[in-house]
Amino acid sequence: MTASGTDQRQQLAYVAAQAADARLNVEIETEGMTLNIGPQHPATHGTLRLVARLDGEQVVEAEPIMGYMHRGYEKLAEVRTYPQITTLINRIDWLGSFANEVPFILAAEKLMEVEAPPRAQWIRTALFELSRIANITLFLGDMAVQLGAVTPVFMAFRDREFVLNQIEAATGGRFHPNFDRIGGLKDDLPRGWIEDTKQAMEKMRNFCDEFEELVLGNEIFQARCRGIGIVPPEVGLAYGLSGANVRASGVDWDLRRDGQEALAYDQIDWRVWTHPDGDSFARYWVRLQETREATHMVDQLLDGLPPGPIMAKVPRIIKVPGGEAYAATENPLGEMGYYIVSKGDLVPFRVKIRSASFSNMSITPWLLKGVYVPDIITILASLYFILGDIDR
Amino acid sequence: MSSTETGADAEAGAQPDRRREDWADKMADALGEGCLEHHIIPGSDLWVRVTRDSWTGAATAARDRLGCAFFDWLSAIDWLPSPYGRDMDAQEDNPEPRAAGATEQGYAGGETRFQMVMRLYSVTDHLGITIKADLPDGDLSIDTLIPIFAGANWHEREAWEMFGIRFNGHPDLRNIYLPGEFEGNPLRKDFPLLARRVKPWPGIVDVELFPGEEDS
Repeated sequence: MTASGTDQRQQLAYVAAQAADARLNVEIETEGMTLNIGPQHPATHGTLRLVARLDGEQVVEAEPIMGYMHRGYEKLAEVRTYPQITTLINRIDWLGSFANEVPFILAAEKLMEVEAPPRAQWIRTALFELSRIANITLFLGDMAVQLGAVTPVFMAFRDREFVLNQIEAATGGRFHPNFDRIGGLKDDLPRGWIEDTKQAMEKMRNFCDEFEELVLGNEIFQARCRGIGIVPPEVGLAYGLSGANVRASGVDWDLRRDGQEALAYDQIDWRVWTHPDGDSFARYWVRLQETREATHMVDQLLDGLPPGPIMAKVPRIIKVPGGEAYAATENPLGEMGYYIVSKGDLVPFRVKIRSASFSNMSITPWLLKGVYVPDIITILASLYFILGDIDR
Repeated sequence: MSSTETGADAEAGAQPDRRREDWADKMADALGEGCLEHHIIPGSDLWVRVTRDSWTGAATAARDRLGCAFFDWLSAIDWLPSPYGRDMDAQEDNPEPRAAGATEQGYAGGETRFQMVMRLYSVTDHLGITIKADLPDGDLSIDTLIPIFAGANWHEREAWEMFGIRFNGHPDLRNIYLPGEFEGNPLRKDFPLLARRVKPWPGIVDVELFPGEEDS
């Protein structure tokens, strides 16, 4: 464990407080009550409803209720051609939209046995990482605001603009790029984009440094997060947790490094961040490090950008040969994958969308059992979900 | 018009995939008669089809023998040819509902209309496995995976409401997305997509040109 002296003392103090409260609960008879959080509640950032049965300040049972935003993408995908589907799936995780398109396109390319040219792969990877920064930046501010610190969220929204501007400049879409195509990309990068993006990455590194002090160094933040919502690695994996949520529990697994999809990650120098603690603090810490790592990755990708075409030869009307394929990538929220069943049609026969937040949230009934009411917010915020990614 | 490079040239350059073959052997070894068929695409993926009774056994074997600690997802496939869906080259939806004929199955085969699919992954070996099981048409039920992978809970609730598959031993089999009183199972092929029935789809008229490509 990496906890220093002060942290250990804080943890001990927390455990002592919990023990005292537990004793109190025995002495005072409390009446159970049911607390509805949401569907419209600032702490749920989206239309998620959480029904918590409380005993005093402690949660006996908590259950998220979803479906307020279910759009039925799996059904809709069955009547749309492959290029049309990318428009739909942009709306799954709306904070990092480009990252939604990539695994779908990769799965379709697998079935068609088409591979995008190297330049397209590199630009894809760079845009993928930009989406990650745009997405996680908001998490970094949002979790702080849920714990009572108002400034970070404004800083996050301010600095996220730098990245969104670059995504918009390259793709034309600020939130929903719809830029990825089977066999490559819609367009090459605009002139001057590389320089601008590198400057933006410099700003984002400053942002990360600032947050490391402002949020992670904050005593109140640490007291609210350390030791809260500990996810043991084997439990996390059995619940299907992926991405930073299991890396914060010490699982050294990242589909960018370990996956078999054809992206440019194996050609740049970067590392996977893990944290042994598995608590809310660790999840925040891992995501912050990953954001900084992503800025370095974008720099390297833009430096090494190979010349050449951005589109492989594909037929104009895309008919995907019959078969089944699953492709998954390491999206900002965790593993996102598409299982495509094709029967050689213009439209897929069945698309199963494996979205990260759905599995990440499925651990909440287990994790919220026995915690205190303020910790619900910490845990939900640190697990990090996007409603569109749960409801699809 | 660019030339078509797609086709059935999968055999070209196909090398045996030792690790996946090893996994398939281990599954066959663990399940015996319960393991029906497997399919490997070298360097890409592995499919194993098991009997319905071996469903939980297959999950246990994958977890304990193959080290697949990560529960990726679980769902189902309805292999009925869509009576409503768009034909391959039709400009509009097929107005005549097709008769339910013989269903054409995917990798690792299948015999019935509904097929369960689950995917497990090993975070140490970085390999995944897709396990399938057929459900008899008259009895759409299968044992729950919750005792093996707790994360199966929500996925099974989703398969229940979307396909109407009952999971024996599931403690809380309620709708997860749809309202409780919702009738029908939306992801079944014979469940009509109302928006398409009400308003005809404009059809395949808006094919976008790729950069640098001229219309031909």
